[in-house]
Formats: sequence, C-alpha cells, structure tokens
Amino acid sequence: MMVPLKYSLRSLLARRMTMGLTVFGVVLVVFVFAAVLMLANGLKEALVASGSDENAIVIRESSNTEIQSFITHYQAGVIQTIPEIALDPSGNPMVVGEQVVLINKNRKGTNTPANIMVRGIGPMSLSVHMGINITAGRMLEFGKTEIIVGNRIRDRFEGCELGNIITFGMTDWTIVGVFEADGSSFESEIWGDANQSMPAFGRPVFSSMTFHMKDPALFAQIRDNLKADPRMTVEVKREKQYYDEQSRTTATFISVLGVVISIVFSLGAIIGAMITMYSAVANRTIEIATMRALGFKRRSILLAFLLESISISIIGGALGLLAASLLQAVNISTINWDTFSDLTFRFNLSPQIIVTVMIFSVSMGLLGGFLPAVRASRIKIVEALRSE
Amino acid sequence: MWGFRLIMRNATRHKLRTFLTILGLAIATLAFIVIRTLISSYYASAEVIPPDRLITRNSVSIIFDLPLAYKEKIERVDGVLDVGYGNWFGGLYNNDPRNFFPNYAVGPDKYLDIYSEYLLPPDQKEQYLREKNAAVAGQSVVNRFGWKVGDPIRLTGQIFPGDWDFVLRGIYKGSEPGVDETSFIFHWEYLDERIREMFPEIAGRVGWYVVKIADPSQAPVISATIDEFFKNSPAETLTETEKSFSLGFLAQMDTLILGLRIMSYMIIGVILLVLVNTMAMSARERMTEYAVLKTLGFRPFHLIGLILGESLLIAFSGGVMGLLLTFPALDAISRMLQGFFSGFVIQDLTIILAAGFVSLVGLLASVFPVYRAVKLTIVEGLRSVG
Repeated sequence: MMVPLKYSLRSLLARRMTMGLTVFGVVLVVFVFAAVLMLANGLKEALVASGSDENAIVIRESSNTEIQSFITHYQAGVIQTIPEIALDPSGNPMVVGEQVVLINKNRKGTNTPANIMVRGIGPMSLSVHMGINITAGRMLEFGKTEIIVGNRIRDRFEGCELGNIITFGMTDWTIVGVFEADGSSFESEIWGDANQSMPAFGRPVFSSMTFHMKDPALFAQIRDNLKADPRMTVEVKREKQYYDEQSRTTATFISVLGVVISIVFSLGAIIGAMITMYSAVANRTIEIATMRALGFKRRSILLAFLLESISISIIGGALGLLAASLLQAVNISTINWDTFSDLTFRFNLSPQIIVTVMIFSVSMGLLGGFLPAVRASRIKIVEALRSE
Repeated sequence: MWGFRLIMRNATRHKLRTFLTILGLAIATLAFIVIRTLISSYYASAEVIPPDRLITRNSVSIIFDLPLAYKEKIERVDGVLDVGYGNWFGGLYNNDPRNFFPNYAVGPDKYLDIYSEYLLPPDQKEQYLREKNAAVAGQSVVNRFGWKVGDPIRLTGQIFPGDWDFVLRGIYKGSEPGVDETSFIFHWEYLDERIREMFPEIAGRVGWYVVKIADPSQAPVISATIDEFFKNSPAETLTETEKSFSLGFLAQMDTLILGLRIMSYMIIGVILLVLVNTMAMSARERMTEYAVLKTLGFRPFHLIGLILGESLLIAFSGGVMGLLLTFPALDAISRMLQGFFSGFVIQDLTIILAAGFVSLVGLLASVFPVYRAVKLTIVEGLRSVG
C-alpha cells in the first residue's frame, strides 16, 4: 500500500522556514547550472545560425578559420566555375569570395580594445548568407569605401553609429547602414567591399569562398572533386559544420568549467536537503511508527520520504529555471577563442536544457533524501512508540 | 570556560547534522578559494611582467604583421636598449587541438636576454643558440608531455602548413611564481627560411617587436616616438607596455571572469542557507533548555554567547577544513589544466575574504535563533515541546 502523495506534500508545509531555506538553496544551484548551460548554448546558437546546410565554404587546407586562411584569385576563379553551384533568379552563380580580417576597437566605456571581425564582401554575399536585414541606413555601395555594421557592433563599440567614420587600413570608412542577422555571429561583424578592403589591408587574397549548392546532397561530390584538384590546397566544409566548429573551444570551456562548478555547488544543496530530511525524520519518529503500525510497509515509508525530498528539488528546480529563463533578455559579449574576435550572444534556453536541469535537480533531491528515507524506513515500531 | 564546554556539547549533540553542515561549509570555502585563485592566476602572468618592456605591433590588429626592417629604426629611438621580435606559430603537437600550448618563433639571439625572467641553464642556452632547429620550452609544458632535453618534437602548422621538426635543447623555469612556463619558442630564422620557400610574399615579416627600455617611466614617450615614426606607412604601429598589452588581451574574457566571480559569491549564499537552517533547527529543539537557563538566572548575553559561539564554531571548523582541502584540489586542477596555467598561488586577500565570509555566515546564521531565544518568555519556553 502506498502512502498517499498528499502526505509527502503536506509534510513540506509543516515547517515552512526550514523547507523554504532548503528550496532556496536548490534554486540558487539550479540557477547557476542553468545559466552556464544557456550561455554555452547561446554561443553555439549564434554561430550555428550563421551557417546554412545548403552552403559550403572553402578555406585553405590546415587552417581552421577564415582568419588564418587565404584563397588566391586564381583558386577563386576555379571555385567559381564549379557546375554544382546554384544559380540565382537572374542566372548568376551564387558564389562569393570574402576577405576576413581583425581590427582593434575600444569597447564602449572602456580603454580596452577588442578584436572585431571585418568581412570584405561581394555583391552576392547577401544572397548567399540569408537573413541579413538592414535596419537603419542603407546597403553599402560597391566600389566605395562604405561599410555596414552589425547591430551588436553598434551597441558595444565606440564610434560605430550610423554616419560615423572609422579609420583602418589607412582608409576612412563611412558607416552607411546597420544590419541584423537573426542573432547570428554576423551581427558582431563589420562588412565592407572586398575589392576595397584588399588594397587597404595590403592582402590581395580572399579568406574564403562560400557558395550555395544546387542540392545539399551533392556536397560530398563537390568536396572530393576540389580535394582531388592539384591546383587547390583547400578544405571544403558544410557551412553549418564550419560555424559549429567555430564555437567549439569557447563553448567547451564554458560548459566544462560551469558543470564542474555546478557539481561542487550541488554538494551544498544536497547537504542542505539531507540535513532537512534527517530532521524531518527525527521529528516524525512517532508518526512514522504509527504509520508502520497501521500496516504501511517499509518500502512505502521509504518512498514517501524520498518523494518529499524530490518534491523539494522539483520545486527548487522549477523556480531556478524560471529565474534563469529571465536571463534570456541578457546579452553577453566575450572573445571567441576560435576566431579570436569579440562575439555578442544571448543566454539561450532550449528544451534540452530544461530536461537536463530538471534531471540534475531531481538527482540532488534523490541523493539528499535517500539516506534519511532509509533511516525512516528502519524505525522500530515498538521502541519509537514507547519513546516520550 | 563552562561556556565553551557547553558549546562543544551542543554542537556535537546531533553529530551527523553538525558533520554535514561542516562538510557543506568546507566545500563552499574550498570552491570560493579555488575560483578566486583560478581568476587571480589567470591575471598573474600579466602581473609579473617587468615594466621596462614594450610591445610594438601592427595598429590594425595583432593578426597583421610588420616588416623586419622596423627593427633597426626602433633600435635608434632614444632610451631603447634592445629589440627582439616574435611570430605566433600556432602549431599543434601530434596534430591534436587538445595539446594546445603557446608556441612562437623568436629572434634575434638576445631575445632570451630580454626575457630575463626565463631562467635557462647556460649550457642549454648555448646549445639552443648553436642549432638552427633547436627549441626551448617551459617547465610546465615539458612536464605535461614528459619531454627531455634532446627530444625531437614535431608540430603541425595551422598558419604555416606542414610538419615542423624541432629538437628540444633547453627547459626554462620562471624566476618567480606567475611567470609563464607554458611556452615553446624556437628560432625565427628557421621559420622564415621555410616561409621564404613556400610563400615568398610573406617572408621577412614579424608579428610583434618587444622593446626593452632603460627607464620604465619613459615608456609613454618612447611608445609615442615609435608610433609617430611609422605613421602613414603601410604598417602603422601601436606600442604599449607589455603589461598593458597582456592585460588588454586577458580583458577580452572579462565578462566570463565576472560571471565566475558572481558564482564564487553565490556559493557563499548557498552555504549560508544550510547553516541558517541547521542553527534554526537546533534552536527550535532547545527552546525548553533556553527557558531553563533563563530560570536559573542566565542573562540574554549568555544565551547569545552560546548560540553565536556554536554557530561560529561550526563555521570555522568548516572553513579550516575547506582551506586544508584547497591544496590537494589545486594540485589536481593544475595537473588537469597544464596547458593554461603555470601554477597556482593563493593570494592573501583570498584567504582574508574567505575567513571574513566564514565569520559572516556564522554570525548571520545565529541571528534568527538568538532573536527567538532572547525574546522567549520562560513560561512559553517551558511549555514548548521540542
């Protein structure tokens, strides 16, 4: 026979302060754990959103990022003629060579510079990278020293408002537009004309070639053809995979560090739950003995106390998640070690994180409640009823 | 003395509960000290950089290089003693990204003299200077991979493609704690020679110059002079002290560091809750006793002493236990993170803060029970059932 669930829940309310403190401890731990997972996920999301499964990107062999890579004009010419590249409505191949460099700029309100990615683009860039929206000003004109900046750049760096002039590569660049890109890492970039940025930086090479495939299933074939071409020493990747790899170092760093810290923190919460549950058992010795006398099995008592402790952790977990979900409004900026540039992203809650956090939380309740519940189930009926 | 014995007896009445609380406090103290030590060690490498060194790099950003020809011009600036240069190599050991450690090509030979905090035995130094493909590595990275002097080491280039073979000819140690011991350096000429074959257009370039100056107070003037000199050239420079260069570099992670700091305070909050809970439970059970003590004529301050004393006793026991656990914990962590940290030094401030928080937690946890005990009337207390 089961002890009614109501018994476990009602017992929680019997000692409000103690329960409240214990629940609050769980809330804090869950909040930290959820925040860390959301942070790593946000970083990943921002980068993955930059890539598309239908696009492929070509960079120099053995370079991991566009920053280290260069593709010569000759190689670019070869790539442009790949027959598997999709055509846009006017019949032009959807392929673009882009140049990526880093520049320094001071973050707003500080004297510390951070690296910003500058992307020299071509006319086809807006068709290849989908989801770019100019939210203020206009698109840059090719052939001029004009740039558009991602909204994150405008918000985070000094002197990056519409109409401002930025100087780099011995050239003055006018900001003629601000763009959004569905929260992707492009929003942390400055875009200019590749034909202008090459002479300005003294680098007459592209960093990467990106193209839209006629059919994503053709990817393996395109890759093998390019790799087999002796003129090319290149790496070909699906764009989504490429960007996913760009988040690896920093996302792994955040999650490993965060998970280790959360586990240490959870020991605190487990101990809190244990103390509370031991005292709950001690206070209810007579009550438990009475229930046993009424015919409830040891197993049922064990379960009832475990449920009580798990309820604490579920309530704490839910409240902690709720608090953490408020973080979604918060933007965070940090260096992305893979690209070596500043990246702004948001805490991002995913269903998977909710499940992970709740499992984590319930485990804390289980671990904290198990030993006290065993003690409760072992209470000797006669002795307990005789006491006091 | 009666007070202390009673406090001890009270604290050990529920042995399991007290033990768990102490354990919780120990874990919190441990976490607090470890997190803060990780953060301070992260910044430590910049703290120990001597003030008489400047870094000159391309003003656009560190990924752009500078012509080697700048060296002679910088040497001619007043107050400059020596000029060295380096190139980030970015090679991977066994071609595995998990084996990351900083590796760069440096020159000229007196580079090692400029970095006087790198202690290298003279015979090893001589051997290094004599061989073209020789390399010198820090003690920490050497321990990590179990290298010995004379070992061949192959790095796979990410920026400069191909396999690069070196022979380890020297192992340096830092002259004081905090000095970076994770680097792997080799001759710039070795790098440049191969670049000249592969990509002649980028040969003869360096990533940065390190400038040793006679008088640290002249750093701003010398920096400005150097930058002025290369103004309006295709490669304009940005010169600053190596220390501020390093700090600026480290500051790029500052949001995450801030998050870590906040976490280190949150663990104190979590553990405060645990101790408050324990103390509140004990107080509730002992209401009758407090009433008896009051009847016997003990004053409120006696009760305060008893409760506060017990709370602080538990808190300090936990704090001391946590501190003792810190040393093996940091040891284990430094073995795990060998590529990133040279070693850990616990700052005095961290210990003081930890002690402060432990006392504060002990104090705060006793507030509620003290309040109840002092307010308690004798009749009410004798009537209550624990």
